[in-house]
Amino acid sequence: MIGLQIRQVSFSYLDGLVLHNIDLSIKAGEMVGLLGPNGSGKTTLIKLASGILKPGQGEIRLDGSDLSQLRRKVIARSVAVVPQQFHIPFAFTVGEVAMLGRIPFIRALAGETEIDRQAVNTALELVGISELEQRRFDELSGGERQKVILAMALAQQPRLLLLDEPTVHLDITHQIEILELLRNLNVEQGITVMAAMHDLNLASLYFDRLILLEEGRVLADGTPAQVLTEARIREVFSASVLVEPHPTTGVPHIIVMPKGSSIKRQ
Amino acid sequence: MLIKQKRAKRLVLVLLLLGGGLVVALFLASAFGAVTISLPNMLKMTLNKVAFFDFASTWRTVDETILFQIRLPRVIGAALIGAALATAGVLFQGLLRNPMADPYIIGTSAGAALGATIAMTLPINLAFLGFGLVPLAAFVGALTTVIIVYNLARVGGKTPIVSMLLAGFVVSALLAAIISFMMAISDRLNLNLRSVYSFLMGHVSVVGWEQILVIAPLVVGGIIAARFFAYHLNAFSLGEEGAAYLGIEVERDKVLILALGSLLTAAAVSIGGLIGFVGLVMPHAVRLSLGPDHRLLLPASALAGATFVVIADLLARTLLAPTEIPVGIITAIVGAPFFLYLLRRSRREYAF
Repeated sequence: MIGLQIRQVSFSYLDGLVLHNIDLSIKAGEMVGLLGPNGSGKTTLIKLASGILKPGQGEIRLDGSDLSQLRRKVIARSVAVVPQQFHIPFAFTVGEVAMLGRIPFIRALAGETEIDRQAVNTALELVGISELEQRRFDELSGGERQKVILAMALAQQPRLLLLDEPTVHLDITHQIEILELLRNLNVEQGITVMAAMHDLNLASLYFDRLILLEEGRVLADGTPAQVLTEARIREVFSASVLVEPHPTTGVPHIIVMPKGSSIKRQ
Repeated sequence: MLIKQKRAKRLVLVLLLLGGGLVVALFLASAFGAVTISLPNMLKMTLNKVAFFDFASTWRTVDETILFQIRLPRVIGAALIGAALATAGVLFQGLLRNPMADPYIIGTSAGAALGATIAMTLPINLAFLGFGLVPLAAFVGALTTVIIVYNLARVGGKTPIVSMLLAGFVVSALLAAIISFMMAISDRLNLNLRSVYSFLMGHVSVVGWEQILVIAPLVVGGIIAARFFAYHLNAFSLGEEGAAYLGIEVERDKVLILALGSLLTAAAVSIGGLIGFVGLVMPHAVRLSLGPDHRLLLPASALAGATFVVIADLLARTLLAPTEIPVGIITAIVGAPFFLYLLRRSRREYAF
C-alpha cells in the first residue's frame, strides 16, 4: 500500500502560476477529488504528485521515499497518470496503446512477456473494452479513447492513480461509467485515486474526500459535506448556489441559481 | 499466447521478405552497369571469394575487378546510405511526433552541405581512412549543426521539440544562404559548381572498400543501437509528458535518440550527399503497411530504405549511361508519387 505526503510544497512556473505551502497527506486506499476554479492549481498538483514537476520548496514523499530522488521508471511502476487529453499521431491499435502501459516493466530487447500480456488483458477487462482490442485508437469516440488511456494506466498495475479531469469532454453516460469504474478500482483493487474534478456534483457523489483549492492554496479538505457548503462555493466560484442533500445518497447536491435577469421561464 | 506467436511469426516473415528483397536488389545492382556481368558468373565469383569453392573461370579478369573493386563497394555503400537514412527518419519522426520530419529536419543537411562546400574551396588534398576532405567536412558539418541547433533550443534544462524544429529551420535557412552566396561568387572561391550540385542532389560517391570499412560499422552499429529505443519511441508517441508517465527519462533519451539519428544521417551524407525522400518516405511506407510499432518499424524501414537506394542508384547509373543522373533526383521522382499513393490509399492511418 502506498501513501503520498505533500509537505510544505510551493511551486511556481516562469509566468507565475503558483502553489503556496501545500500540506496534504493522502493515505493508501483513499479516493480523493481535487476541486477548484480554473487556474487554482489542480493540474499542477497532479503533475507534482506524479513527479514530472519538482517542487520549488518542500518535498513530496511517495511511500516514504522522496519523489524527486526516484527514477522515472521506478515511479511509473507504482504511479499511473491519466492526463486531460492524449493525442497519438500514429495509428496504434487499442491493444498496442494498452501495452504501452507495460513499458516501465519491459526490458528493451527481451520484449513483452506473458505477464505483460496478462496485465494488458486484465486492464482491458477491468475497463470493459476487451472487444475493442484490435480496433484502431484514432477511430474511437472520445469516451472510448478515455477508457483506452485508463486501461493503459491500469496496465501499469499502479497503486496510485492520478487523473486530471478524467470526465471532461465526455457525455453524461461516459462520465458516470468512468467514475463508477474508478470507484470500483478503488474499492476492489485498493488503488489509491486522486483526481482533479470540475463537476462538483459528480465529485460529491463519487469521492470520499474532497480538497478545494483556490489560487494555489488549500481552502478546505474533508468529506463532501464538510467541503461543499453554500457559502464556500459562492465565495470560490462566485456563483449563486443552493446546496441540498442528494435525494438518495444524502451527499451535498449543488443547484445553480441563475442570476435574476437571465431566468428562463417555461 | 496465440496473438504473441502470430505477431512473432509475422515479424520474422516480414523481415525475411524485406531481407530477400534487399539481396535481390544487391545482385541486380551488381550485375548491371557499364559492363553487364551474368548472374551465374557473379555467383561463381562470389562463392570463389567467400568459401572453399573453385569454379573454373568463365569470365574475364577485368569483370572480377569491376565487380569486387568498383561495383560492390558502391552497391553496398548505397545500401548503407538507404538503411541509415530510413532508420534516422524513423527516429526523428518518432521522437518529434511529426510525420513530416525527415533526417534533415534539424539542420544536418544544411550543415553537411556547407561543410562540403567549404571543403571544395580549399586547396588541400587530405585523405583520412580513405575519405577525402569533402566527406569528412560533410560529416563534421552535419553533427556540428545539430549540436548548435540543440543548444539554441535549450531553455532551463529542457529542449522543447517545437523550439528545436524552429531553431533547425532558422539555422538551415542561414546555412543555405551562405552556400548560395558561395555559389554566387564561385569563380572567386575557385569553387566547382558541378561538385556542389552533385553533393546537393545526392550522389553515391563510394570508390573503394576503405570507406565502407569505416561507414559500415557506424551504420550497422547505429541501426542496432536504434533498436534498443523501440519502446522509448513507442512511448514518445504519447508526447513527452505521456512518455515521462511511462517511466521514460525524457530529456536524456531525447539527446540519445537525436545523437543516434544525427550520427546515422551524417554517415549517410558523407558518402551520399543530400539524397532526399528516403528518410521521409520509407518510414511512412513501412508504417502504413505494417503499423506504427517501432520494434518492427525500425528494422523493416532499414531494409526497405537500403533496397530503395540500391535500386535508385542502379537506375541513376544505367538509365542515361554513360551520363550519371544524381540519385537524389531518382529518389524524388519515385518517392514523391509513391508517397502520395500511400497517403491517399490509407489516409486514416494518421490522426493529425
